[in-house]
Amino acid sequence: MRNWKFAMASTILGSALILGACGGTDTGTETEETGSGTAGEEATVEGSVIGDGSSTVAPILEGLVEEYAGAQPDVQVTVGVSGTGGGFEKFVAGETDFSNASRPIEEEEIAALEEAGIEYTEFLLAYDGLSVVVNQENDFVDNLTVDQLKQLWVEDGTTKMWSDIDPEWPEEEIVFYAPGTASGTYDYFNEVILEEEDIVSSATLSEDDNTLVQGIQGDPNAIGFFGYAYYIANQDTLKLVPIDGIEPNDETIESGEYAPLSRPLFVYAKNSSISENDAMYDFMQYTIENSGEMAQAVGYVALNEEDYESGLADLEALKE
Amino acid sequence: MRYIEQQTVVKRMNGRLIANAIFKYIFLAATLLALLALVILLFRIVSQGAGNLSIDFLTNFASRFPDQAGIKAALIGSLWLMMVVAPTSIILGVGSAIYLEEYAKQNRITSFIRMNISNLAGVPSVVFGLLGLTIFVRAMALGNSILAAGFTMSLLILPVIIVASQEAIRAVPGELRDASYGMGATKWQTIVNIILPAAIPGILTGSILALSRAIGETAPLIVIGVPVIIQFLPAGVMDTFTALPMQIYDWSSRPQPEFQAVAAAGIIVLMAVLLFMNSIAVIIRNKFDKRY
Repeated sequence: MRNWKFAMASTILGSALILGACGGTDTGTETEETGSGTAGEEATVEGSVIGDGSSTVAPILEGLVEEYAGAQPDVQVTVGVSGTGGGFEKFVAGETDFSNASRPIEEEEIAALEEAGIEYTEFLLAYDGLSVVVNQENDFVDNLTVDQLKQLWVEDGTTKMWSDIDPEWPEEEIVFYAPGTASGTYDYFNEVILEEEDIVSSATLSEDDNTLVQGIQGDPNAIGFFGYAYYIANQDTLKLVPIDGIEPNDETIESGEYAPLSRPLFVYAKNSSISENDAMYDFMQYTIENSGEMAQAVGYVALNEEDYESGLADLEALKE
Repeated sequence: MRYIEQQTVVKRMNGRLIANAIFKYIFLAATLLALLALVILLFRIVSQGAGNLSIDFLTNFASRFPDQAGIKAALIGSLWLMMVVAPTSIILGVGSAIYLEEYAKQNRITSFIRMNISNLAGVPSVVFGLLGLTIFVRAMALGNSILAAGFTMSLLILPVIIVASQEAIRAVPGELRDASYGMGATKWQTIVNIILPAAIPGILTGSILALSRAIGETAPLIVIGVPVIIQFLPAGVMDTFTALPMQIYDWSSRPQPEFQAVAAAGIIVLMAVLLFMNSIAVIIRNKFDKRY
């Protein structure tokens, strides 16, 4: 009997500890938050905004949400990273107010949204340049044309050698690394380079771009592609391949000269959320105004001032 | 006639001793290999992440600046999650175990149910995530709240808790039950006064190990759509949240190498929480063990 009571007591004590630990931290932060939230010079709004979507766009949103929490502490913004396609799925189900995308919305998704009765507006946030890279020891690939890229990446049933692409290149098997099929990065590459043909079957596909980076660093015959930010973070250990003689950099990506691999990053916002939810409107306004700066900070390329202004005008029109 | 042939014994002795020694070293090598992997893992994580560990790391929200990034939202979120998972899964799990062991007739249906529960324990966690998305998030319209995630995680670990509790209850000697009935106790009195006290170490150990699994699972949370970019704490179980494994997953997929170090620091925090929970399990076991 005594032992049973003791067991009960320790269970209760245990849960009380967990509860206590949790409650304690909780109250601590609340006071903290009210303390820092007094500096609001604009009108304060309340509410919650829910977003999801591309993990490529996520770093921009993370910065924005972080700064926005300082400006409007009563607005609760959450953003998930289910990927572009996964984000649209939730957007169609009406679970989110906005959806991040690293490619334009697809026909099927437009149809699904129409069926669900959800009207949306597309806002362009920044540009990313899909970067094609090879191992640093690779001293023969100094340029690739779009046709060569397609020849490289499309599955044709043969084992691909570098010499197949250019007879002057060594007769060694090429090792491919590409982003996973659920990512917007893959979708975009699929659209502009593969043109809906199958990707080479020997390619290692990974949702985690760091896996691709490590794979390419480790194999002299490797080639791969991923977002510009991942190249920038690893530029000392990877070799960038210019496409049609043009390297991706801030100017060539923004001007669209780095074609066709400079891709737009979008936020698709639900119209009814903008018109009915003050917090959503305010957050979107903040997003468009600050995404250029934030994009550059995390390794993407900002748009022209005019593009952001036209985005703001679109937003304004929806509010009324 | 001699029962022990001196000669034969001597002849065989050598071979037996060699086999003895060989197996000793094989098993030693097995242990060392596992330990080595663990030590390398721990060393890598600690050496990578220790630099980022500080009070600020525990009290800051996530940030785009690696040196300001903190794990507050995820840590508190995980504790909230445990507050839903622990009562739900333990009450349901122990309840089912008691029913199956003490009340249910030992027939084919019961053994079929038992077999299925054991099989459920091996179902991949993503599948439970999809189940949670369909039932709790969408059908019951709980959204990606703590409650929805907590229920999903409870489903995930229920089989483990049920099986562990069943084993613990089954290990209680039959004489104790008989003695209790002999004294005129009812079934309920026997369960509360005799069986549960004797089975509690096993039940709690199993439960806490199961909860440790729940706190480290990522896949179901991703499927449910738990966000990672979040700058506030939940105020109740209907609020959305983020959890430690989600945050670590997010950090480790970032391009900047600094974030890999932040992720490692997050892993240390997660390991500390796990270690804390497991040590509770050990304490409880030692406290109540060696009875009967």
